[in-house]
Amino acid sequence: MSYSITEPSNRQKWFAGILVVGYALLTLLPLAWIIATGFKTPADAIAYPPKVIFSPSLEGYVNLFTSRSRVTPEDLAALGPPTTWYDAIVRQYDMVINGPSRYGERFMNSVIIGFGSTFLSVFLGTIAAYAFSRFKVPLKDDLLFFILSTRMMPPIAVAIPIFLMYRQLGLSDTHLGMILLYTAVNLSLSVWLLKGFIDEIPIEYEEAALIDGYTRFQAFYKVVLPQAATGIASTAIFCLIFSWNEYAFAVLLTSGTAQTAPPFIPTIIGSGGKDWPAVAAGATLFLLPIMIFTILLRKHLLRGITFGAVRK
Amino acid sequence: MAEVLLQNVSKSFGRQTALEDVSLTVPDGSFVVLLGPTGAGKTTLLRMVSGLDTPNSGEVFIAGRSMRGLPPAERNVAMVFQQYSLYPHLTVRENMEFPLKSPLLRTPKAEIARKVAEVAEILQISHKLDNKATALSGGEMQRVSIGRALVRSPSVYLMDEPLSSLDAKLRADLRIELKNIQANLGATFLYVTHDQIEAMTMATHVGVLDHGRLVQFGTPREIYEQPVSIYAAGRLGQPHINILPADLFGPAPSGAAYIGMRPEQILQGEGQDSLVKRVEHLGDQTRLHLAFRNHDLTTVIDAHTPLRAGDIVKIQPLKPFYFDAAGARIV
Repeated sequence: MSYSITEPSNRQKWFAGILVVGYALLTLLPLAWIIATGFKTPADAIAYPPKVIFSPSLEGYVNLFTSRSRVTPEDLAALGPPTTWYDAIVRQYDMVINGPSRYGERFMNSVIIGFGSTFLSVFLGTIAAYAFSRFKVPLKDDLLFFILSTRMMPPIAVAIPIFLMYRQLGLSDTHLGMILLYTAVNLSLSVWLLKGFIDEIPIEYEEAALIDGYTRFQAFYKVVLPQAATGIASTAIFCLIFSWNEYAFAVLLTSGTAQTAPPFIPTIIGSGGKDWPAVAAGATLFLLPIMIFTILLRKHLLRGITFGAVRK
Repeated sequence: MAEVLLQNVSKSFGRQTALEDVSLTVPDGSFVVLLGPTGAGKTTLLRMVSGLDTPNSGEVFIAGRSMRGLPPAERNVAMVFQQYSLYPHLTVRENMEFPLKSPLLRTPKAEIARKVAEVAEILQISHKLDNKATALSGGEMQRVSIGRALVRSPSVYLMDEPLSSLDAKLRADLRIELKNIQANLGATFLYVTHDQIEAMTMATHVGVLDHGRLVQFGTPREIYEQPVSIYAAGRLGQPHINILPADLFGPAPSGAAYIGMRPEQILQGEGQDSLVKRVEHLGDQTRLHLAFRNHDLTTVIDAHTPLRAGDIVKIQPLKPFYFDAAGARIV
């Protein structure tokens, strides 16, 4: 592998370092603020001037996962001492826990829909990209352009037709409906990205496998797929980020069974005052899976983005 | 092992003709070398036999069986590519096991281990078997890809310039090794190169390709001593054959436009004067660059010649070749 021809000077290195650190601070600051707010009390969360140093509390998380109702001090006293630590937190505000909130369900919906559509986009994208890369497809260029053209307007521009279609088809507020929708939006991206990656894999490897006694599909499975792993991983990250964070369609098309976390989190605000810590806690937990996923695939992502520029 | 037969094979890619009506027999157990410059159709011919490409017209037979419509996997051919094309995600051992594990061969485990060890020994890569394929030097990679072919016993080994990316020493070693393997196995080889030393030393037969046509087929000696054209004559011989106007040294046969002389067809010390322009000492041979009536020619002389630039040496053709204006040989 070769990177730059001349080693950068010390001054250039310092400059680059400062730039990178500055940019990192800029992007990480809101993230840090959200995570911190999740551990504040509601009073600290709206304190002015904002509190940078505060005593951490799990109130936000408790409120996020529970649904509560206010009771009179007499009833509270009649209940006896709190049995759990989270009971104790809630009772400071004359409230009792009625049961779990819907956050867990919504979160699971996000997981099912996000990962489901990512898997489907990458699976279909890989097969389509392989065909576009290796076979003589009639009108190949037109088809590729047509596939990309679905990205030439914001997806939400077709919200109304999709809303009506989904109502007719009975796909509104279903997991399947959301998975199909996000797959449709992501597929163009995944076909184009993966075609680039597969184009980079020399055809000689497959030819060698064909001669070594394997069929076309076996050659694809045994030789092309392992080498496309990097591309598949980075494509998966991009697809997951989109479907995980998607808000507009989720608001429009889901309300109950298939509602994902993004439209749910803001609704936390409404129940019992502006509960910023609970919102922040919901956002923090919502960030985690994609962060973990990205960190796990980071090595591939880095290689994926620079793929083609670096000699193999 | 088997005989390979090509019958009137033609192939074009778009407007470009890669092979034109090629008929060729690769006898069972022979080592056939295809010679020709880039674009002559050598690789295309190999791909026709392997099944990676199919002819537009004509037919390929292996062991008497028509290969029409058969995918590469069902032809039982082994091929070494010009680029190493090792599977980069596998180790050296896994690379060499790959063909043996295919649904085509389904070799038992013990047999795979034995074969791989045996071939690795021959190619001197035993100590690298557990390395990742990408962690090898170019020479090692190419030996592994030759090894991947040698673990099999296919009907024919197809090799596309397998030694061209190696350094001179390794190339010389492997040349001998390949020839030994072929002789010991009695294997049929179809081998593409533009290196004439490989052709001369390994081939039992040489096929000369020119713009997709097979212009001459015969033993290396036949090609060297009885070339059918200037083009075929130019494929073999180091230094290159001298091609000069036919009447430069005196009367020529009628219809002759060019005289062709290899170094041994230039008699020194008799005939007419020529000027020594440069003496090139190559160690094992010494080349003499001469000027004769404003034409340059190159010949070979005794390694310890006292001749120097500016000297005069007498030369005369000795049983030269004569070619007509189109380059075809007449005498």
